[in-house]
Amino acid sequence: MSAIALDNTTTPAGARRSKDKLLVVSGAVCLLVALVAVFGTVLAPHPPDQTDVLNASLGPSADHWFGTDGLGRDIISRAMAGARVSFAGAGFIVLGSAFLGTTLAIFAAWNGGWVDRNINRVLNVMFAVPGILVAVLASAIFGAGFWAPVIALTIVYVPFYARVVRSSAVRECKMPYIEGLELAGVSSWRICTRHVLRNVSPIALAQATIAFGSALVDFAAVSFLGLGVQPPQAEWGLMVADGRSEILSGAPQQSLVAGACIVVTVVAFNVLGDRLSSRIGADR
Amino acid sequence: MTVPNPNAATGLDGDQPLLEIRRLGIELTDYLPPRVLVQDVSLTVRAGESVGLVGESGSGKSMTIKAAMRLLPDNANVSGDINFDGRSVDKLSRSELAAYRSGDVAMIHQDPRSHTNPMRTVGEFLIEGVVATRQMKKSDANDKAVALLAEMGIGDAGRRMKQYPHQLSGGLLQRVMIAASLMNEPRLIFADEPTTALDVTVQSEVMAILMEQIQDRDLGMLFVTHDLDLAAAVTDTLVVMYAGTVVERGRAEDVYIHPRHPYTAALLASRPSTTQVRRLVSIPGRPATAYEVGDGCAFAARCPFATEQCRSTRPPLRPVDDSQVACHRSEELAAVLKEAASA
Amino acid sequence: MTTNEVGGAADSRPNAGITDGTILPSRRGAEVPADTPSAILAVENLTKIFGRRGQEHAAVKDVSFTLGEGDSLAIVGESGSGKTTTARIVAGLETATAGSVMIDGRPVTRASRGRRQRRADARMVQMVFQDPFGSLDPRQKIGQGLRELLAIHYSLSSSAASQRVSDLLRQVGLDDRHAGQLPRTLSGGQRQRVAVARALALEPKILILDEAVSALDVSVQAQVLNLLVDIRQETGISYLFVSHDLGVVRQVTDNCIVLNQGELVESGPTALVLDSPRHEYTQSLLDAVPKPGWKPRRRTS
Repeated sequence: MSAIALDNTTTPAGARRSKDKLLVVSGAVCLLVALVAVFGTVLAPHPPDQTDVLNASLGPSADHWFGTDGLGRDIISRAMAGARVSFAGAGFIVLGSAFLGTTLAIFAAWNGGWVDRNINRVLNVMFAVPGILVAVLASAIFGAGFWAPVIALTIVYVPFYARVVRSSAVRECKMPYIEGLELAGVSSWRICTRHVLRNVSPIALAQATIAFGSALVDFAAVSFLGLGVQPPQAEWGLMVADGRSEILSGAPQQSLVAGACIVVTVVAFNVLGDRLSSRIGADR
Repeated sequence: MTVPNPNAATGLDGDQPLLEIRRLGIELTDYLPPRVLVQDVSLTVRAGESVGLVGESGSGKSMTIKAAMRLLPDNANVSGDINFDGRSVDKLSRSELAAYRSGDVAMIHQDPRSHTNPMRTVGEFLIEGVVATRQMKKSDANDKAVALLAEMGIGDAGRRMKQYPHQLSGGLLQRVMIAASLMNEPRLIFADEPTTALDVTVQSEVMAILMEQIQDRDLGMLFVTHDLDLAAAVTDTLVVMYAGTVVERGRAEDVYIHPRHPYTAALLASRPSTTQVRRLVSIPGRPATAYEVGDGCAFAARCPFATEQCRSTRPPLRPVDDSQVACHRSEELAAVLKEAASA
Repeated sequence: MTTNEVGGAADSRPNAGITDGTILPSRRGAEVPADTPSAILAVENLTKIFGRRGQEHAAVKDVSFTLGEGDSLAIVGESGSGKTTTARIVAGLETATAGSVMIDGRPVTRASRGRRQRRADARMVQMVFQDPFGSLDPRQKIGQGLRELLAIHYSLSSSAASQRVSDLLRQVGLDDRHAGQLPRTLSGGQRQRVAVARALALEPKILILDEAVSALDVSVQAQVLNLLVDIRQETGISYLFVSHDLGVVRQVTDNCIVLNQGELVESGPTALVLDSPRHEYTQSLLDAVPKPGWKPRRRTS
């Protein structure tokens, strides 16, 4: 449609019938996993840390829906407890990098010129560094645990945000209304926080959703390598690692369940983020 | 290669309109209820005839010509008939549709830049259509393209053929678009606001060139615009659309000087004059779309002459003198409307 | 009930009832001498060159004009004429390469303006842009937007601010219902009205209209032009009207200057320039406008 014809779509009338099924399904899955992460320990059928060596490495049964691990702990309960840790890790990473990345992006877009160019150069360098290695390095230097990989990955994820948000911010800053605000004497700070940020946040949110999946995998990977969360803490990556020895003895339940949790969660978040991005594109 | 028409009665081809649109309706199906954009639109274009489709936002004029080329999105549901040379455009198979779009008709869009590939030269753009559909050999196509560019008044056509679109100004590029539309010898040209984005001096020249070509080749043209003055100057027949329906249809000079529908008269009266200062005549409210107007006349909400009958019953398009008008009160308002338009 | 009704809410402005095309007595179309003490804007030898060395392009070449207080001046030209660049320099959105711009006797400078200076400048010149769809923050309600502007420049109590917002909306022919709406529910004409309201909120001396009605439907354009005429009559504000449309220019301005490729080719009272142009470019512009009896013509080259 020509630009002139588009003028007629400004009235609100009627409901759009086309529903994005993928959005709904993926959103539901993400919500479900999030609920488990928050309430997991309450809902779990067994205490996640309760060992029962006599009943180790059992297959699925009525008492243990997904079996037990090498120390007799109920797998599904541990998976639910692990959800909390994995979510917390990915959550901190995403929130931290979103905050830093968005701030950097808007700063670069608003100032333009050499500020923008140099920030871009720094971001490009950061892009080149593989995230896992930085996380491993951080753990090696500062000791394994929860925080070292989280902080390292937060820093590593900043350029992913900054790049996407920056291009959106640049476009926003070129809009006539921004110039109008400048002309009206509104301060740069207020324009950036009240106007640019608000209009850029849908894209940042969609990006955050996609990044959540990656952050989860990266965090789990670090724990898998033994450099993240330590046993007896329940965490999906850790459980996958833990279950390796049992696979050969014919009891793959632990690795399988933990691995499946990771895959399902990551796919759900990726699809959700993707659908959100499309909706933003469609709305413009 | 044009679509062969086994149904065309020999000897009566001269009377058969090139394009016939009958009771066209377009609605968007991804809304509940479906949003009507065009309702009950009928018009014809004969060979050698220029028909102007005039309207503001929401009038449905762009949608109408897109429907005629079957360029509407999937969520648009089309009802009614669109016939080219007696054959239904809606029922064409894929290959027939391709032949129709590449041989029988051509479209000139409003914005040449978004319809040209910035990575290909002007020459490549001009010949790709005819060469891809195997209508001409590459060398012949090149010669023809150069000749057409020269006819467009583009000096140094050979050099221009090797340039890229970004190297040409808007007016020049639009002339290239016109040349492109003529490459495959169409019989009907759809022009969707071809000069709206151009400067007024450039518009004058581009329109002069287009009219020359239409007349020399005896082509039909369906010309969409919001500019009544422009349409009146370059077309034989004017079709005025409002809120997805046709409100008036008649000979261009007739409609222009003696409008018989209150909307046409109001549109004519609201143009700012270059010769006289006066309080501008405006129509209260804003142009509506088909799905916003209820039963009754589409223009009733904004019409200063509306009566209860206007608000409750939709006036059909009926003959009034030599034009067709969709207004209950056209005859009694004739004098008032004529005066309003000429003020 | 949507506030965007097709039928249009009754426009409560004084001249709104006159929509029948009455020919008004000619306004002050008399020449405004360049050195009139009441010139609110004086532009002298304005030049703007874009681009770096070797790839320079002069958008504005040595343009001079004045705008009298309460007057309405049109800058007429086609694309590439430099009219928008000139307007932007006056607004302070661009810096001139050479020449001076004086508003109310004080020079306009863009570089290194402190916050206080920017705020003071905002009270002198405001602008309405061409694109109604990019002129408003899509995520901000109309009323909130106006309140934001008022809060920066005036210290008003909450109720006083609400009153002012109401007054501004009414001044542009909208009403309180629109205050709570988002831009996407408004039509192009309504958005431009909001843009005018925002500009007027700061009570500027000069309002620049950069092709402000070009993107509107003809019937809506007429409404907005009538509105602009009324506002000038009521408030005595001065207009700088950038436009390529000679009909619009005739209706809304008293004086005009014509730019071609960055150069000023003609100036004078609008009526005089359009009725008996002295420069051939102005004549060619007039010849190209579709009107009764007009036929498109190829340039004789």
